[in-house]
Amino acid sequence: MVKYFCNNTDIRSTWDYVVSAFWQRYPNPFSTHVLTEDVVYREVTSNNRLLSRRLLTKTNRLPRWADRFFPSGISRCVYIIEDSIVNPVDRKLTTYTWNLNHTTLMSVEERCVFQDSTDEPDTTLLKREAWISSGIFGFSRPIQEFGLSRYKSNQVKAMKGLEYALSNLRGISLAVAGDTAPWLLSDTVKDASGKAKEAAKNLASAAAPPKTQQFI
Amino acid sequence: MFYPYNTLQIWDTVGEACTELKREYDQCFNRWFAEKFLKGDRGEDPCSETFRKYQSCVQKAIKEKDIPVDGVEFMGPNKDKPES
Repeated sequence: MVKYFCNNTDIRSTWDYVVSAFWQRYPNPFSTHVLTEDVVYREVTSNNRLLSRRLLTKTNRLPRWADRFFPSGISRCVYIIEDSIVNPVDRKLTTYTWNLNHTTLMSVEERCVFQDSTDEPDTTLLKREAWISSGIFGFSRPIQEFGLSRYKSNQVKAMKGLEYALSNLRGISLAVAGDTAPWLLSDTVKDASGKAKEAAKNLASAAAPPKTQQFI
Repeated sequence: MFYPYNTLQIWDTVGEACTELKREYDQCFNRWFAEKFLKGDRGEDPCSETFRKYQSCVQKAIKEKDIPVDGVEFMGPNKDKPES
């Protein structure tokens, strides 16, 4: 059984900024659970669309009751693929994200479409859809509920991360003149996020089972 | 669990040795993306060399870590979903 989730959000930035920030949002203070981010494929098609694939690895924070599905030898890392198409003519960014491993426990697939808002100027509409399912017989309902709840909490973090990247892009472009590159986040900004992530990693490597989280 | 990452790293990549190559490529790409691609400029890609170097490093790390990304179809799972 698959749980479907859909919502629309307005992002108070132009589509160009949003798409530029999309590539620059890691690391950020809200993404300490994201361990690595790599582009593993990229192509500009003959009709000038940009296809990209990113591979992400994330920590897998689970409630205690799920520990039984993870004998100590199993990797706690989740591998995630994010495929995307940027269409600069139609001004549309479509992304599709899903986890490669731990799919028996839970499969989370997400599709995002970023387009100019038709209602508000200088605003981008984000339509998100998610499909969450679990293959564990007898446990799929609580697992799906947990998955949906974690997905929503990750959604909040992801939006905060994108907003963070956007506000830095805007701040820099307002402050500078001349030859400086407004589209690049400054390294000091990213450095602070990097330190936060380093602390999270050290905690993750030191801990035994992960702490129980609240899922309401 | 031991995460074998360089503790001084800011940019984290699946291949620890690829950090600098990733940074160089990302910088090149972000500039090209905003200044050329989004403006419809179809000129030559200035990042192909740095991309090649970065990919060579990252793909090696992916193989070493046995990450099952090979042969995964682009936007594969999207095919069975209704249009947005």
